[in-house]
Formats: sequence, C-alpha cells, structure tokens
Amino acid sequence: MLGSLWLIPIICLAGAVFNLALGVLRTPKSVVTLVGVGSVGAATIAAYAALWEFLHQPVEVIVEPYFTWISAGAVNVNASFQLDPLSAVMVAFVTVVGFLIHVYSIGYMHSETDAGYARYFAYLNLFMFSMLLLVLGSNLPVTFIGWEGVGLCSYLLIGYYYDKKWCAAAGKKAFIVNRIGDLGFLLAIFATIAWFGSTEFTEIFPAAALHPDHFATAATVIGLLLFVGAIGKSAQIPLYVWLPDAMAGPTPVSALIHAATMVTAGVYMVVRANVFYRMSPTAMLVVAIVGGITAIFAATIGLVQNDIKKVLAYSTVSQLGYMFLGAGVGAFVAAIFHVVTHAFFKACLFLGSGSVIHACGGDQDMRTMGGLRKHMPTTYWTFLAATLAISGIPIFAGFFSKDEILAKAYEAGAGNLNGFGATYHLLWFLGLAGALLTAFYMFRVVYMTFHGEFRGAEETEHHLHESPPSMTGPLVILGVLSIIGGFLGFPGQLFGKSGLNLIEDFMHPVILPIAATAHGVAEGSAHAEHAVGLGTEWVLVAVSVAVAVLGIMIARRFYLGPQAFALPRRLADRFGFAYKLLLNKYWVDEIYDVLIVMPMYRFAIFCWKVVDELIIDTIFVNGAAFTVELTGDLMRFTTTGNVRNYALAVALAVFALAAFMW
Amino acid sequence: MISIVFLVAAAIAVIFAVLTVVPRNPTTNLLSLVVMFFAMAAIFAILGMDFLAAIQIIVYSGAILVLFLFVIMLLNIRRVEAFGSGRAIQALLGTLVAAGIGGIVLVIAGLLRPVAGGVLPGVVNTGTAIPIGRALLSSHLFAFEFITLLLVAAIVGAFYLGKREEE
Amino acid sequence: MDAVAVPYTWVLALSAVLFAIGTMGVLLRRNGIAIFLSLEIMLNSANLAFAAFAFRFASGHATAAAALDGQVFIFFVIAVAAAEAAVGLALFILLQRRKGSIDVDRANILRW
Repeated sequence: MLGSLWLIPIICLAGAVFNLALGVLRTPKSVVTLVGVGSVGAATIAAYAALWEFLHQPVEVIVEPYFTWISAGAVNVNASFQLDPLSAVMVAFVTVVGFLIHVYSIGYMHSETDAGYARYFAYLNLFMFSMLLLVLGSNLPVTFIGWEGVGLCSYLLIGYYYDKKWCAAAGKKAFIVNRIGDLGFLLAIFATIAWFGSTEFTEIFPAAALHPDHFATAATVIGLLLFVGAIGKSAQIPLYVWLPDAMAGPTPVSALIHAATMVTAGVYMVVRANVFYRMSPTAMLVVAIVGGITAIFAATIGLVQNDIKKVLAYSTVSQLGYMFLGAGVGAFVAAIFHVVTHAFFKACLFLGSGSVIHACGGDQDMRTMGGLRKHMPTTYWTFLAATLAISGIPIFAGFFSKDEILAKAYEAGAGNLNGFGATYHLLWFLGLAGALLTAFYMFRVVYMTFHGEFRGAEETEHHLHESPPSMTGPLVILGVLSIIGGFLGFPGQLFGKSGLNLIEDFMHPVILPIAATAHGVAEGSAHAEHAVGLGTEWVLVAVSVAVAVLGIMIARRFYLGPQAFALPRRLADRFGFAYKLLLNKYWVDEIYDVLIVMPMYRFAIFCWKVVDELIIDTIFVNGAAFTVELTGDLMRFTTTGNVRNYALAVALAVFALAAFMW
Repeated sequence: MISIVFLVAAAIAVIFAVLTVVPRNPTTNLLSLVVMFFAMAAIFAILGMDFLAAIQIIVYSGAILVLFLFVIMLLNIRRVEAFGSGRAIQALLGTLVAAGIGGIVLVIAGLLRPVAGGVLPGVVNTGTAIPIGRALLSSHLFAFEFITLLLVAAIVGAFYLGKREEE
Repeated sequence: MDAVAVPYTWVLALSAVLFAIGTMGVLLRRNGIAIFLSLEIMLNSANLAFAAFAFRFASGHATAAAALDGQVFIFFVIAVAAAEAAVGLALFILLQRRKGSIDVDRANILRW
C-alpha cells in the first residue's frame, strides 16, 4: 500500500464519478449507497493499511512522486504525495470521521429523491477526494488543488437545496469569502517559489530551518500569506462570516465539512509550516492574536443564538480560534491534537443535532424543543458525552487538548515568548474566558433541547422518535471517541512520566529544529517549556476545570428546573442592547454589506452601464460601425461613373509609382 | 548628318502629336496621327530597324488608322467638344499627371549616360526581316502563337460587339 | 557607313514627351475617338522607348540578341494595339447606338 498512496483519494473520486453517472440514470438508492459509502469505506481501509505499513518502518517521511505536473523554466512541480506523522494523523481521522458521516447520511438523506440522493453522495465523495488530496500533498500546489476542491464541494453541498434562494446564496457566500483567503495561499505559493525555488515540503522547510537568518523575511511573508488562506478556509476573523450561513446545507455536511475536516485545513497548513512561524515572531503573534480574539468573539455570539445549528457553527469558529491560538504560542502538536478531538466531538454534536432536527420534523429552533431525552436516549447520551468533551471536563477528549493549548499559552506569557509576554498572558486569559463561555452555551443547548418539557407543537410531539440505527450507530462511535480520544495525548509530564503523550511523540519529527540565528535568537527562547514549574501546571489544570464547571453550573441555573428561562429573560431585558448586539452577531454581516458588498455591487453596475454599455458598446463597437458607414458614404463620391475620372485615377497611380520607385 | 534627320523627324512627331490631341475635328486628329506615324517610322529607320519601320507604316497607318477612319465616317462623327472642357479638376490634375510622368522619364533619360558612337555592323544586320523572322519563330515562338490567338479573339469580339441587334 | 550620331537618350526623351502628350489627350478629351487616338500615341511612345533601348544594346559587341528582343517586342505591341483598336472601336459603335453620342462623359450609368 505504501507505494500507491494515490489509491486512497482516487477511490473516493471514482465513487464520485460513479454516483454522478448513477444520478443521471436514476438508479435506486441502494446502489448509490453501496458506491458512495463503499468507496469511502474502501479508502479508509486502504488508508489504514498504508498507516500500518508506515508505522512499521523506520523512515519518518515518505514522498511518492507520480508524475511531473508543471515544468516551466525554473519551476518544477511534481504531482506527489507525502506520508509523515502530520499527514498520517490527518488521514487517520479524516477517513474514519468521513466514513461515519457517510453512514449517517444514509438515514438522514433517505427522504430525498433518487437523483438528489446520488448527487449528494457524489459531492460528498468528491469532497473526500479533495480533502485527502489536501492532506496527502507533498508540495504547496498539490495541497492547493485539494484546498480549492474542498471549497468547491463546500459550495456544492451548502447549496444542495439549490431551489431555495437563501441556500444558494449561502453557498455563494462561502465560496466567495473562501476565495479571498485563497488569494493569500496563491501568493504564498509564488513567494515560496521566488525564495526557495521549490514548493516541496521536504525541501523548503529544512532549507529554512538550516538558514534562519537568510530566510527570515521569507518566513514572515510566507507565514502571513498562508495564514490569510487559513483565515478564509478556517473561518477566523474577519473571514468567518460564511460558516454560520453554511448551516443551510444538510446537517451531515455541516458535520463533515464545517466541523471536522475542511475547516481544519487551515490549521493543518499552519502546523505544516511551523518552521516559518517559529522563525518569525511577528507571524506567530498574528496567528495567536487572530485565533484568540476569534475564540472569544464567536463564543459571545453563540451565547444567545436560538438555532441549534447556529450555536454549533459559532462554537466551531470559536474552537478553531483555539487551535490557531495553540499554533500561535508554539504548541503546534497541541493544535493538531485539538483538531482531532474537535473532529470527534463536534461531528458527534452536529450529527446529534441532525438527529434532533430529524425528529422535530425539520425544526431547528431550540425554543420549541425540550425534554427530548425521554424520546431519544441514544442521541441524548452521545450528545452529552460530546458536550462534556467540548466543555473541557477531565477524562473526556476535549479536556486534554484544550488544556494543553491553554497551558502553553500561559507558558508563553510566563516565559515571555519572543518578547510578547504580556500579549500572550492576555490571550491566555481570553482563552480561559472563552472556555467558560463554551461550557455555558453548550450546556445551554443540552438543557434547552433535551431537558425540561417539550415546548413545541402537539403534532410534532407525537412524532418524536429516535433515529434509525444507520444514524445512531455513528453517533455512538463518535460519542465513545469523544470520551476516550483524549488519551492520545495524555499529558504524562504532569505525572513525571514521559512517553505517555503518544501524539506529541509521534509528531515530533514534524517540528524541525531550527539552527541558531546570528542574533542569538536560538530555539531556546521559543520553547518556553521549562518556564513554568510542575506545580503551576497543576494549578492551571485546576483553574480550567473550575472554569468549565462554573460555566455548566450557570447554565444549569439559567435553563434547568422550574426557574428555567426566567433569569436569562431578565438579563436580556436588563442588558437589552448587549443582548441585541450578540443576537445580531454584532451586525458584522450588515457592516460588510455596507462597506464592501454594496460598493462592489455599485462598481459592477458602473462597469456594466458606463464602461460596457456607454464606452465600449457605443463608442467603440457602434462607433467603429458608424465610422465605416461614414467612410463608405463619403467614398461613394469617387464612383462618378465617368470613365475619364477613372483613367485619371489610374494615371495618378502610375505617376505615384514612378515617383516612388525613382 | 543623321542627327539632323532625327531632329526633324522628332519635331514633326511632336507637332503632329499635339495636332492629334488638341483640335476638335476628328478627321484632323486622325490625319495628324498618320503623319506622326510616318515620323515614327522614320525614326525607326534611323535607328536601323528597317523591318519595324515598314511594319509601322503598313499596320499602323495602313490598317489601324484606316479602321478608325471608317468608324468615323460610319458614325458620322463631328466635332464634339473643346479640348480641356469638362470638369476643371479633371483637366488640372490630368495636365499635372501627364507632365509629371513625362517629366520623370525625361529626368531619367537625362541621367542615363549616352553610349558613345553609334551604328555598328551588328545593328544593320539585325534590323531586317530575316533575323526578326528567325527570332519570332524560334525563341519567341510561344508569344507569336499567342498573339495569333489574341487576334482571333479580337476579331470574334469585335464581330460580336458590332452585331446589329435584332429589333 | 557613318556612325549614327543619335544618342539613345534623345530617343528616350522624345518618347517621354510623346507619352505626356498622349496622356493629356486621354485624360482631357471627351470625344471617344480622340481618346483612342491619344492612346495610340502613348503606345507608340512606348514602342519608341523599346526601340531606344534596343538600339542602345545593339551598340554593344555581342548583344545583337538584345536588339532583336526589343524589336520583337515592338512587333508584339503593334499586334496588340491592332487587336485592341478593333475591339475598342466595336465598343464605340455600341456606345453610339445606345447613347446616341460618343461623348464618354455621357456613359455614366455606373454613377453612385
């Protein structure tokens, strides 16, 4: 398997092509299911076979070049894949989570038409293909192909219900906002070619690590440009606006693309380029600041949303902010760890919400839900497990990853990483506050949806039922993963034992050592590992847990029991403006509309009416025709019909020729 | 000696050329042209091209211009209009262009270096019928036959064009 | 046999003058016959130019062939002029029949 890594994405692509054909032929759903889910299943098996082989051989990085893709002068880009610890981790969870969501979709999309069903699975398979391309690519251009591909599939799937105008618009918004980030990625590719003459990961990162002085500016520039791409793809401020709107797509799509996989591509890129960020304090600080601010910003919006999927969407934005915060404080492995755990529990949460929506007949407003745990126990328990994970309660998956990020943030502050100690302290505090808010709003969802009494219509209440096994199966698996997944990165150092943090050790080769620079800024000061003692670390752990528990308790007070909703309502009335501000997501979409969208729209109209119609059409096109007509009208006076005039013309020509030749 | 003959022939040619062009009476024009052709024949002879001089008189004056005369008489053509009438621009430009072309050639002629000397035995020998006949029927055979074809075509064409229409 | 004291350039100059006269006749007269006669003058002047050059090359040593070529060409020009005169006059007859006059200015149906 190791010699043919290309099989893994290609199986998914084949599935996509097949399903597109089958959709045209209107084949029954069973065939489509077999192809669609089967292809991803086969890809998962193939991927794990490759990973098994990879683990049992000594080489740390395997590159498989397939063919020369671009050969233009000094630029040579191969179509090639790379398997190293980072891409291995990504492939491992992308395939599994993808497969589980495909299985879930069988039940969820059951009521669609045959053609629509096939279309759905075709796009979903295409997405898996692109995502695998992205994480397996061994150079920037191949990764970019996958990057663009996932963006495309995101558009296709968000706009799955394309006959509804707002769904189509949401798809467009996602694609266009993504595109802005993609410009950054493209510029990064060009900059890499300019500075390094190559785009292969195995060439540029070691080159930069060996000559940090020479490539200092390169690191900053490329790091920042790649991060611009990440901002778009991973929905950070200011390009996060597409993610909440993307909830217009089917819920499994939200789970797969906008929680577990596509949005984590940005984090993947940042971690892949960790050498650049470690060489450039500026870039790393930017990443941390953007991540940290996004984390708390999105969390505040999620506090008051009433649509269950919107809460989860803002939660995703917030958690992505945490991942970037991790990267920005030098905890790259922790960031990836959080990616993995987040994939588990966020997918579980989304799929659970899908189950709820399915039961409530398509309703997504939590105000008309309640007491669902009686009717849907499996959904409830898995949802609860995932919520405990995201809130950072010990043992559950999210605890280990989020805690590590916060610990590293504190360390960065204490150790005065790159001289920005104060900022990093502040970011740690924001992260902590965000954790509080996260626990609160997630349990708000749990209490509003599953506890209390049902607040919806009579009719809906009669139809409340648990979802079919094809849907609850994946929920259970993801729920279990949310519980035990954290042990991948068990912080053994807290107990004085090394070697327990599996993921940290596994991914160690990805963090290349950087040579000392002329300014003496050696790796030492970038790794503020030992700036914080063991005792302080335990205190940090206790603080994070306490904060999470506090959030849960506040949520309990607000939304559970006979007093439910009374206190929140009073607060909302009291702080009316703040409530409206948060409910309307700080009016960011409206601000963008006024500042950016309308001017562009008017500019487009200007280009149309003035430039195109007036200038080009009237002056140049019609004008050219008019000039020709005019010339013709004037020239006709030379056809006098008088032979002597013609003879004169000939004579003139002869004279001119004679004069010219002489 | 022969220079003077040449000059006289040239003068006659020029004068009668002008008389061909300027007067309004078509018959005057035609007969002046006949005289001009004679002057041309004289010049050909001076240059040693005897055969051509004969041809010039026989064909040009004797056939072509007679044809013209017949047509003039057939169509009963009188004087039509004055020289240079019609649109002024035509006249002006026409004069200028004609003078221009003539001028250019004159200038070229002036620039060419006259070959000193004159007639050699070769000239005398090549101007008669035998050498020309030989050349026509050997090296210029194709053109000769083609001229035949041309003349036939001209006859047929003239015939057809001149046919009286059936009323 | 005396040397012929006719510089060929004089013959050329004469040809130029005759050509100019002929051109003026063609361009400035309205009578069809007169135009044709002027045309004949032009053709003759061309013949004269050929003759001048034939004469010039004949004055060389072994260039008798050049002289021959020139004269042959004049021969052909005369033949072509004859053919052209025949057809042209036929056309004039047609013109007279259609328009009632051979004033070429009257034959202007192709006017815009």
